Amino acid sequence: MTKHRFSEDALSDWMRGAGPDSDVVISSRVRVARNLRHQPFPLLATGEQATEVLDQLAEVSLSGQLNAYGSFDTILLSDLSELDKRVLVEKHLISPNLANESRGGAVILSEDEAVSIMINEEDHLRIQCLYPGFQIGEAWTLASGIDDIFEEAADYAFDEKRGYLTTCPTNVGTGIRASVMMHLPALVLTQHINRILTAVTQVGLAVRGLYGEGSEALGNLFQISNQTTLGQSEDEIIENLHGVAKQIIEHERAARKRLLEESRMRIEDRVRRSYGILSHAVIMDSKEAAQRLSDVRLGADLGLLKDVTPQVLNELLVMTQPGFLQQAFNEKMNAEQRDYRRAELIRGQLSGKNDHGGVEQ
Amino acid sequence: MFCQECGKRPATLHFTKIVNGEKTEFHICESCAREKGEGIPGTPNSFSIHSLLSGLLDFNSPSSAAPESTPHPVHCEECGLTYAQFSKIGRFGCSSCYSAFSDRLDPLLKRVHSSTTHSGKIPKRSGGQIQCKREIEQLRKDMHSYIEQEEFENAAELRDRIRELERKLAEL
Repeated sequence: MTKHRFSEDALSDWMRGAGPDSDVVISSRVRVARNLRHQPFPLLATGEQATEVLDQLAEVSLSGQLNAYGSFDTILLSDLSELDKRVLVEKHLISPNLANESRGGAVILSEDEAVSIMINEEDHLRIQCLYPGFQIGEAWTLASGIDDIFEEAADYAFDEKRGYLTTCPTNVGTGIRASVMMHLPALVLTQHINRILTAVTQVGLAVRGLYGEGSEALGNLFQISNQTTLGQSEDEIIENLHGVAKQIIEHERAARKRLLEESRMRIEDRVRRSYGILSHAVIMDSKEAAQRLSDVRLGADLGLLKDVTPQVLNELLVMTQPGFLQQAFNEKMNAEQRDYRRAELIRGQLSGKNDHGGVEQ
Repeated sequence: MFCQECGKRPATLHFTKIVNGEKTEFHICESCAREKGEGIPGTPNSFSIHSLLSGLLDFNSPSSAAPESTPHPVHCEECGLTYAQFSKIGRFGCSSCYSAFSDRLDPLLKRVHSSTTHSGKIPKRSGGQIQCKREIEQLRKDMHSYIEQEEFENAAELRDRIRELERKLAEL
């Protein structure tokens, strides 16, 4: 079995805390990209150079300079099994790029997994901070503080005109990518979502699915992030995202209210139907699981399902992913076996928390 | 077809310009185009040949393979990445690439970010000088607005602070 704590729990500790506006915003994330001045970017680095970068940056954590922000664990990617890496990706703690393509890659993880610092990803250093609910400003403050500590120890590649220099020209300047993960079932149901997402892209923000670039928006989960990194200050970028997300939250809440007023029975039927299927089905593919879990989450947020906690749903979001399933049952599986195990896990999870089946009697 | 400027190398850039119904054509090679810079006759200043080139050499453009045939392809001295390679992979090799390809980056950055200049965070340790310059700039602006409002006492106070910062800057 694995020796790492992170692959045993589906839910990082940071996700257990309840954040503001968590009826709509699942989590807030800020990622900051930095590079060292006197080393080639990871793309062109030799194995030796990658190791130098790794040693220099890992030292910051090992020497205890990050202690003000909690206790940290440095994990070399080369020490991890393929399965461990996959679980880290599914928990959003490392990027697929770091898992699959890095040389001399490592991740420095905080104990509650709210901070994950990737070394030798596309850039030498990527600091990522995650907060539950809608706390994007807090995430930036934390990331910026950790950035300052690394800057004391490392000569950053910085240019007066271009700002922080990054491997990809789409990150240059502030190097910041701020995003909020939003659950927008009512906007999808009322078919207002496309209009809103189009408007979002027009104000310089990008919309993606749960697992970032190129991933599908499964389970009505949308990740909204800043598109540009140069020209605006970090505070302006964060404020812009905050302002737009705030409006989307209001739209989603208004749509939910309308749904309840105009078609309460149909919504309640839909929610309970999904709950029933999740608590009894024997085969469950990932797409259906995502959709049904979204229904149940909506039901819980609307007060239609009293006994399902957001925590259980957040847990299931990660637990139903292929890597985590494999990890939980400790066996290699094909897609069919996975669908069977997924159903089993969801049934157990929903009934384990509540013997009455979670529906009001 | 040969370049109509040098007559030696094959023409790889072809322009057709129509102004008030009058059609003008240029056929030139890349190295002449670069030498000529803004000097192509009849081209308005804002539409420099550099910005056109960068647009062409931008990601995945098939016509960007040309630099290999030119005697000195633009490249980064530090890591050896050529501009053609950069435009193909869309990634820089090291921090020096930014200065090596500097004049070609503005159009690209403008398209990606609608901006070419950073205005955010500055590293504390290595960026002291830049921070100082920015502060002076801001103080000057404030000072001028005080002068316009004829609040000379406040303006004088800022002037002294600017002098102090300038002395500090000289020491850095």
